[in-house]
Amino acid sequence: MTTVLDRPGGEPSAPDTASFERVSRTRTERLVNLVICLLSTRRFLTAAQIAATVPGYEHEVEDPREHEAFQRKFERDKADLRELGVPLETGTSSAFDAEPGYRIARRDYALPDIPLEPDEAAAVGIAARLWRHAGLAAAASSGLAKLRAAGVDVDPDATLGVEPVVTVDAAFEPLTAAVRERVAVTFDYRTPEDDAAATRRLHPWGVVCWRGRWYVVGHDLDRAAERCFRLSRIVGTVRRYGQAGAFSPPRDVDLISYVARWSGPVERTGRATVLVRPGRGAGVRRWAEEVTPGPDGDRAVLRYSDPVGLAAWLVGYGSDVVVLDPPEVRDAALARLREIAAAALDAPSEAPEAPEVGSQARGGDRAGVT
Amino acid sequence: MPTAASADRLGRLLNLVPYLLARPGILVAEAAADLGVTERQLREDLELLWVCGLPGYGPGDLIDMAFDGDRVTITYDAGIDRPLRLTPDEALALVVALRMLAETPGMGQRDAIERALAKIESTAGELADAPVAVRLPGNDDRLATIRGAVQRQRALRITYYTATRDEITERVVDPMRVLVVAGRGYLEAWCRRAEAVRLFRVDRIDGLVELDEPAAPPPQAQPSDVQDSVFTPTPDLPLVRLRVGRGGRWITEYYPCEEIVAESAEHWLVSLRAADLGWARRLVLGLGPEVSVVGPPELAEAVREEARVALAAYGAQ
Repeated sequence: MTTVLDRPGGEPSAPDTASFERVSRTRTERLVNLVICLLSTRRFLTAAQIAATVPGYEHEVEDPREHEAFQRKFERDKADLRELGVPLETGTSSAFDAEPGYRIARRDYALPDIPLEPDEAAAVGIAARLWRHAGLAAAASSGLAKLRAAGVDVDPDATLGVEPVVTVDAAFEPLTAAVRERVAVTFDYRTPEDDAAATRRLHPWGVVCWRGRWYVVGHDLDRAAERCFRLSRIVGTVRRYGQAGAFSPPRDVDLISYVARWSGPVERTGRATVLVRPGRGAGVRRWAEEVTPGPDGDRAVLRYSDPVGLAAWLVGYGSDVVVLDPPEVRDAALARLREIAAAALDAPSEAPEAPEVGSQARGGDRAGVT
Repeated sequence: MPTAASADRLGRLLNLVPYLLARPGILVAEAAADLGVTERQLREDLELLWVCGLPGYGPGDLIDMAFDGDRVTITYDAGIDRPLRLTPDEALALVVALRMLAETPGMGQRDAIERALAKIESTAGELADAPVAVRLPGNDDRLATIRGAVQRQRALRITYYTATRDEITERVVDPMRVLVVAGRGYLEAWCRRAEAVRLFRVDRIDGLVELDEPAAPPPQAQPSDVQDSVFTPTPDLPLVRLRVGRGGRWITEYYPCEEIVAESAEHWLVSLRAADLGWARRLVLGLGPEVSVVGPPELAEAVREEARVALAAYGAQ
């Protein structure tokens, strides 16, 4: 059975709660009406024409105070629509129009048809959930709501078997917006090795997720060179300065390979032989190319690139691992052990000249990143 | 003025008309569940839309809908027949998340993800030219194998390297899910040995046998909250205090620290929780002269003693 409800006459029936909600409701209703009005017109409508058409804008035009109140209301409503992404056009329809009017072009307003297959729609639904509470969570869910509104059915229970957890640093949103609008940014940046943050100025070209960490790549205005920065090392807020469209990123810039160049895998050309106490040094054994049992322990062969880094890592295993060969690794390990023993005897004070610290497990992913 | 709330609601209402238009006769309850609002909220939204439109305009003037029991059909849309285009942030959020999925090692349905990504990118036009690139390398095959086992809901016998204790153990686990956090793959499972939920780093699973018995995590096996960090130190773990030189400061980015105090121009006092003092000893020895132990005393003693024994093993003092 189909029932047609009585439409409330005049003012909409207000919810029986606070006036706050009533105002909000009246306002939302007026905004919907404004959208309907501006979508339905091909001509640009002046503010006066809109006031005469859209319920909620009724006022005494001759009364300056009422008219001013209308104008303020209308300005705020336009700002709200633009904030929501409604493409409000301004212009005049003919030479006779004294003041500019408004309209919404349907082709700019409407989401184009997206013919997503069910498995594709499920993937989009899972993707939108990745943000959870992080970063663009609100944008992801409102984007998904638009796809649903376009008729796409999204299976809320779909899974892909692997759940990536997306987290972004606070600088992610301002930086992606700046990249999009090609606005220069400035921010304070600090690596652990620095004593104080330094202010950097950047034309940001793009943001990269590499091995789960976020970087921004761009042209460093002070260094006059390409640089990449780790987002987690940005201190405080990212500030924009200058005009939008201030620069053009180089064509076909490969952001990934730029970051990968600094933090990519290293070539391990060296081979070291170490003696591992039986049943011990599991971490070393896992890294070994081969392990051969011997009378005084197991001999493990390890590939390496940086002898000092390898020595540091092996020293971590204490007496369970003794470096046999080559001398560059053995000597480095011995030197470190002596330093540790000496430092442990004295009250810890100023450290001697420090060799670069690195470990096999860490993969040196901080090297070269500004 | 509740601007944010009205704008939120406006966005919802502008979606609601095309949503219902695409699904004539949908149950109000079903639509509410799908849209993530309460049924009451949805009815209030419908009531509001019901009075929207332009008197004296088109055939219906106002948005019109018919109710048939608990079902609703839009009969006049007043021109709001499509949702709004994606905003730059919405396009970015969906495109980046899809790129994440496509780049996640071991992911199933990669083909569907790629197709969806292409369609969203073409719909969003220049907006989808998202300035964000994603690469999550590593462990592709192993993750795919583990995902298969999880999807078949089989118990697994794994050979696992526990870095905190530097030991390799065999254990039978009941898989729950596979995660990728900060670029690393994890198997979350009920560990029958530990009788607790554990996150196993996929790159430390050295061996894997699918057992002929179903995965049966007990009811108390709850997924962990990994939003902030995979390893959440608890106060019952020993607090390790280190004096760290400049070259060792990277550990403050690498491990969750409780406190970092700049003691002097060169040295920081760093406090962190260690799951195991043996692990802390390996960490400190590996950092060499960059780090010395402030506390606990038994760690300082262990480092000193181990260095002495190691030097002896080299035949040196």
